[in-house]
Amino acid sequence: MTSPGSSLAQDLPTPGIGGLDLVPTTDEPQKAKDYTSDQEVRWCPGCGDYAVLASVRGFLPELGLKRENIVFVSGIGCSSRFPYYLDTYGMHSIHGRAPTIATGLAVTRPDLSVWVVTGDGDALSIGGNHLIHALRRNMNITILLFNNRIYGLTKGQYSPTSEVGKVTKSTPMGSIDAPFNPVSLALGAEATFVGRALDSDRKGLTEVLRQAAAHRGASLVEIFQDCPIFNDGSFDVLRKGDDVAERLITLVDGEPITFGNDGEWGVVRSASGGLEVARVADVGADAVVVHHAGEEDPTQSFALSRLSDQDLTHTVTGIFRKVDRPTYDDGARAQVAAATEEAEARGDTLEKLLRGKDTWAVMPEPLNEQ
Amino acid sequence: MTTDTAVGPSGREVRQTHRVVIRFAGDSGDGMQLTGDRFTSEAAAFGNDLATLPNFPAEIRAPAGTLPGVSSFQLHFADYDILTPGDRPDVLVAMNPAALKANIKDLPHGGILIVNTDEFTKRNLAKVGYDANPLEDDSLAPYTVHQVAMATLTRGALEPTGMSKKDAERAKNMFALGLLSWMYHRGTEGTEQFLREKFAKKPDLAEANILAFRAGWNYGETTESFAVTYEVAPARLAEGTYRQITGNLALAYGVVAAGQQAKLPVFLGTYPITPASDVLHELSKHKGMGVTTFQAEDEIAGIGAALGAAFGGALGVTSTSGPGVALKSETIGLAVALELPLLILDVQRGGPSTGLPTKTEQADLLQAMYGRNGEAPVPIIAPQSPGDCFDAALDAVRMALTYRTPVFLLSDGAIANGSEPWRIPDVDDLPDLSVTFATEPNAPDGSGEFWPYLRDDDTLARPWAIPGTPGLEHRIGGLEKADGRGTISYDPDNHDRMVRLRQAKIAGIEVPDVTVDDPTGDAEVLVIGWGSSYGPIGAACRRVRAAGLSVAQAHLRHLNPLPGNLGDVLRSYRRVVVPEMNLGQLAMLLRATFLVDAHSYTKVAGLPFQAEELAGVLTDAVKGDLPA
Repeated sequence: MTSPGSSLAQDLPTPGIGGLDLVPTTDEPQKAKDYTSDQEVRWCPGCGDYAVLASVRGFLPELGLKRENIVFVSGIGCSSRFPYYLDTYGMHSIHGRAPTIATGLAVTRPDLSVWVVTGDGDALSIGGNHLIHALRRNMNITILLFNNRIYGLTKGQYSPTSEVGKVTKSTPMGSIDAPFNPVSLALGAEATFVGRALDSDRKGLTEVLRQAAAHRGASLVEIFQDCPIFNDGSFDVLRKGDDVAERLITLVDGEPITFGNDGEWGVVRSASGGLEVARVADVGADAVVVHHAGEEDPTQSFALSRLSDQDLTHTVTGIFRKVDRPTYDDGARAQVAAATEEAEARGDTLEKLLRGKDTWAVMPEPLNEQ
Repeated sequence: MTTDTAVGPSGREVRQTHRVVIRFAGDSGDGMQLTGDRFTSEAAAFGNDLATLPNFPAEIRAPAGTLPGVSSFQLHFADYDILTPGDRPDVLVAMNPAALKANIKDLPHGGILIVNTDEFTKRNLAKVGYDANPLEDDSLAPYTVHQVAMATLTRGALEPTGMSKKDAERAKNMFALGLLSWMYHRGTEGTEQFLREKFAKKPDLAEANILAFRAGWNYGETTESFAVTYEVAPARLAEGTYRQITGNLALAYGVVAAGQQAKLPVFLGTYPITPASDVLHELSKHKGMGVTTFQAEDEIAGIGAALGAAFGGALGVTSTSGPGVALKSETIGLAVALELPLLILDVQRGGPSTGLPTKTEQADLLQAMYGRNGEAPVPIIAPQSPGDCFDAALDAVRMALTYRTPVFLLSDGAIANGSEPWRIPDVDDLPDLSVTFATEPNAPDGSGEFWPYLRDDDTLARPWAIPGTPGLEHRIGGLEKADGRGTISYDPDNHDRMVRLRQAKIAGIEVPDVTVDDPTGDAEVLVIGWGSSYGPIGAACRRVRAAGLSVAQAHLRHLNPLPGNLGDVLRSYRRVVVPEMNLGQLAMLLRATFLVDAHSYTKVAGLPFQAEELAGVLTDAVKGDLPA
């Protein structure tokens, strides 16, 4: 018997197909209102989730998909209420497990656009395992990770992205464990698409969402998001003040990475092999590294994610990485399709399966047996 | 058991016997499971009824020659319908001192012992604490002992192949199989064909094993040491075409069949765990029958993906054992709240915690029944034999699809790995499990909305509206839903109503009445069990009845909901005995549900009940001495 795996390895769906290419579209024009469910939105006033919801509602019509073929799956937490407020199919599941639900959907339903909405606690603490495996397998799903660096729904405990020393109800003397950097984590987990945006930056967020949706495979989008109740102003340094331009680095594919007023600053290679920030005037324009999101080697993208720690000194947004790799769900369907074709050619039936190879017959007893 | 004696063509005595129990025992690396499987196939092909009990350690290769490394395979075959793998072997094949030491206590005096003498070295004897060689003192005097230098003889037979001594000796299990095949008048062609296919890619190994097998057969034929051979005639089973099947194989086939009968793609989300992994292995082979298998990162992801697939309109299945159920519990609760179909296969093993991974137990009943937060009722079905796993899977899927609910199927290690002849069902007779997805808005107020929690009047099931259906976009989740409309609701009365509705839906699932086997009709004692203990309980009843006493037997396939007539049945007997491989979980349910004085008899040794032991318990019960 020939191993089906051997031939399939070459027949795996090759990249080149877009993230939504198998999802039916509509010619009917859509508006944000079409994606608005009848449920009253119940986040706290000032919550960053409102801004993200508005961006997503505004962006979805652009995709031109049939609304019934979109599914939002969430876990538990403030942001995980998201699906209730969108008039698509949706599931508000259990803490940390949204990627698993999305996996089953993505594998069995290639005609669906599957989104996961999660938070820093949901995705990186209780659901950390599922997140890294969904990324590793490159499931064709888009994950929106709302990072407010705090547990909001349980009323203010520190999260796996809280800065060290964070004083919260559960850490009155300050938190003592080192945080995750979600972008670094995703890159380490073999993610094929990693982006980051700020909740209030509608344009930047929409652009990242647009590319994430178009990407075939797992897309992780980290969204910096404010919790006005338990972690108020945590990203304010990126929103207001004189030095915002010197903190925010927006990646543009194929362009030198410069930022600040008039591109005063640039990202250059450091002596240690990583990246650092320098004045372009000091190092020369040629020394500024050019961003290549499609670079197979994730080293530079990883270095970009490490440019600043939790202090947000140099915060990179945009698309860190966008590379093509076969997805698990396409591969799983290709195997089923190939096996089905072989089975049909052989004339396999349930009856044949149940009979197997070795059978014996028991005849009726003779009527006049002594 | 012996009924007739004749003289065979080789001048040797041939005894006709109704049934035989053979136990092959050796080191984990000796291939005892394969040997037992092979003999089983021959017995099956010959038309005997049979039942098997593989018994092996959790370690893949415990240190060679030690007691923890002993692996055994017990096979009971007969010319009539039998119910168990047998309490004790009639023939014990011991491939080394460890196997002898671990198993000899089970061999009744007068039993046949076939020993591979080559392994009885000083070192091997010392490893298992034999001060003296039992083959040389009189400790084995109560048995009919055949000392055979199997390794040496195998080596000799394989000399022409030029194989190394070490490699040649590895075929000694086939020598043992050949000898036993000769003793019980089994053909050689089936096994030789099997070996050619198994080693198709390594013809040298195939030939070596065949040589060893023939050498064993010829050894019996040519030496004088075996004066008697035995014949066990084919059994008179119900008319039909049969095959041999294990419980895990039957479960996998049941799932494939359920998908076909429901016309739904099957999605198995799972994580490897003993003794359930074979279900994953088997289903992975059947992608051509519409089955997708997903080996997840953990137990939780396995069931999560299965539930996601169910939301999308597939037949979602997850397979596991007790520790995995513990991890899946939160998702099972979610499935209860979502009211989506989901099949949970729990192949139980010894617990708590990691417990006894390769041994059997039926101690997950209360976990399946109650192991979730909140009121989260889940139907439970338990197959009673390996072949019955097929029907149980179909039954479980019927419930899941009809009532939009997760369903537990509780198999266990004994029937998962044990095998028996299985009458192959006619595919045309399998139940139609086709489902109807919701396609239209259903709001009773005529608003044109879709209410995902509007229930069917008969089944109380909610509509299954899958993504991709226009106009039925809806959101579901673990938060309490408003009755009907399905939106989030914190209303106290609504919650009370929803809790009761979910309970009523499960309680209202149609299950057949339990039947009672009471041949004399005057029994005062009822023995009632569930799951894999059907065989030993049935065999025990036969013994008790053969002794002239009356006992009634009932066996529960449906543990939740319980059959509607069960209360009346229980109350109509003076005494009720409930044997279980746990500390009385069903007995507790019966007492709590029906206020009957059910007497629990329990054993949690990691092995199935023995018929003899249960016969004693039942005899005592009939005579008035109830078990403690």
